[in-house]
Amino acid sequence: MKAIVTVIGKDTVGIIAGVCARLAERGVNVLDISQTIMHGYFTMIMLVDLTACASSFDGLSAELADYGEERGLSIRIQREDIFNAMHRI
Amino acid sequence: MINTGEIMQTIEMIDQQHLDVRTITMGISLRDCASEDIKRCCTKIYDKICRSAGRLVRTGEEIEAEFGIPIVNKRISVTPVAMVGESCTARDFSPLAVALDRAAHEVGVNFLGGFSALVHKGFTSGDRRLIDSIPQALAETELVCSSVNVGTTRAGINMDAVRRMGLVIKETAELTRESAGFGCAKLVVFCNAVEDNPFMAGAFHGVGEPECVINVGVSGPGVVSHALRSAKGASFDEVAELIKKTAFRITRMGQLVAQEASARLGVPFGVVDLSLAPTPAVGDSVADILELMGLESVGAAGTTAALALLNDAVKKGGVMASSHVGGLSGAFIPVSEDAGMIRAAGSGKLTIEKLEAMTCVCSVGLDMIAVPGDTSADTLSGIIADEAAIGMINNKTTAVRLIPAPGKKVGDVVDFGGLLGSAPVMPVNPCSQAEFIARGGRIPAPLHSLRN
Repeated sequence: MKAIVTVIGKDTVGIIAGVCARLAERGVNVLDISQTIMHGYFTMIMLVDLTACASSFDGLSAELADYGEERGLSIRIQREDIFNAMHRI
Repeated sequence: MINTGEIMQTIEMIDQQHLDVRTITMGISLRDCASEDIKRCCTKIYDKICRSAGRLVRTGEEIEAEFGIPIVNKRISVTPVAMVGESCTARDFSPLAVALDRAAHEVGVNFLGGFSALVHKGFTSGDRRLIDSIPQALAETELVCSSVNVGTTRAGINMDAVRRMGLVIKETAELTRESAGFGCAKLVVFCNAVEDNPFMAGAFHGVGEPECVINVGVSGPGVVSHALRSAKGASFDEVAELIKKTAFRITRMGQLVAQEASARLGVPFGVVDLSLAPTPAVGDSVADILELMGLESVGAAGTTAALALLNDAVKKGGVMASSHVGGLSGAFIPVSEDAGMIRAAGSGKLTIEKLEAMTCVCSVGLDMIAVPGDTSADTLSGIIADEAAIGMINNKTTAVRLIPAPGKKVGDVVDFGGLLGSAPVMPVNPCSQAEFIARGGRIPAPLHSLRN
């Protein structure tokens, strides 16, 4: 299963490293990353593969959200299908 | 890969524009639950619902988490209970509603619809007993919703049923007096009721439906109004295009959720109902959309035309996004559930007469409107007859969900809480129609019912 991770918040040192470390611990493979500053906010979007993920979707989602909260970031993970459905025919 | 702008657009729709799936509704046939003994019938109903819908709420929550899209309600619709209870020897059908309510609580759904009867051409014994039991059933239960279909384009209008429903609404309001007549918020009187509607309070599982089915209702007035903000001064051609594109996206999401729910529950997918269903939350209003088209307030001259465009564009945009579109599909205009409607009704800019005109072009009818507690049953029947006539002649679904709030006068506000919101009590025309309603009989089906 593929999913999209979005990270939005104030730009600080080590955001990418921190998020990637959490994902790697769970066996989540990062397929693509794009990062930009949008309206002054750090915005990172990652396409990840959950095939070898060691925890449940819920678990991973909660862990990322908690990590984000600690650092003042909004981090969410959503299955890729919803974006395909809405934006591709 | 989907690009950043598209991903952020989706997230913004969910976070800031109230995009959600309004409901996953599981339709369950109760046709095999009939019994002469009402207790046995209740047991069969309870067992079947718990068996069929045991995993519904959990599955909905899983989908919600994985896709990151809120699914506000998980609901159940059942075979019109008048048919299920028909074989019972009991006169009072309210125990069947209690069994439905227990089952709904057990499986954790928000509402259960189908304490219903279809009497557009006349009553069976089960229909009569069900309708007589509605006030008690709604007073005694929390989650059960009731509906009665009193007319169709094919059959005409059953004016005996129209008269009876005026009385039933009054009685329901009286029995739920302590909650300002809240029972009436769970009771809909239809013309041309549809069999696969996932929205409450009018959902029931029609007789042509399969054993079990998943129907999904999408929403998203906030997303449409957000899109319209960028189109100030644009022509109606552009406005219609913009609404269509937005409706397409919303519906695609509904279709995805419907297919996923259907696959996970092992239950066939029925329809996506592509409705714009407002909530009392600021920014989630159908009235806002109409006002963004250039009206000072909903209710102003031009409102009906604006709503007609909206209703049509929503359908056109949504229809390609789903393999099966059904239900009510269009824009809902429930007064108490829409912050903009509440504002306009409270300030007298929106009247019942204007709302009636709007129901000619919206997806349903006069919905969630509080009227003075001393409104007579005949007047309620008169309003039902007018609405049914609009539905019958225009080949569309119309409905009446009025709350004659006991003890309340024009200017008072009735608060129902949650998604049902609050309703300013609106004035109704006080002239009598007692003789008209007392006639009874049937209004014949219109000429265009003869289509074969």
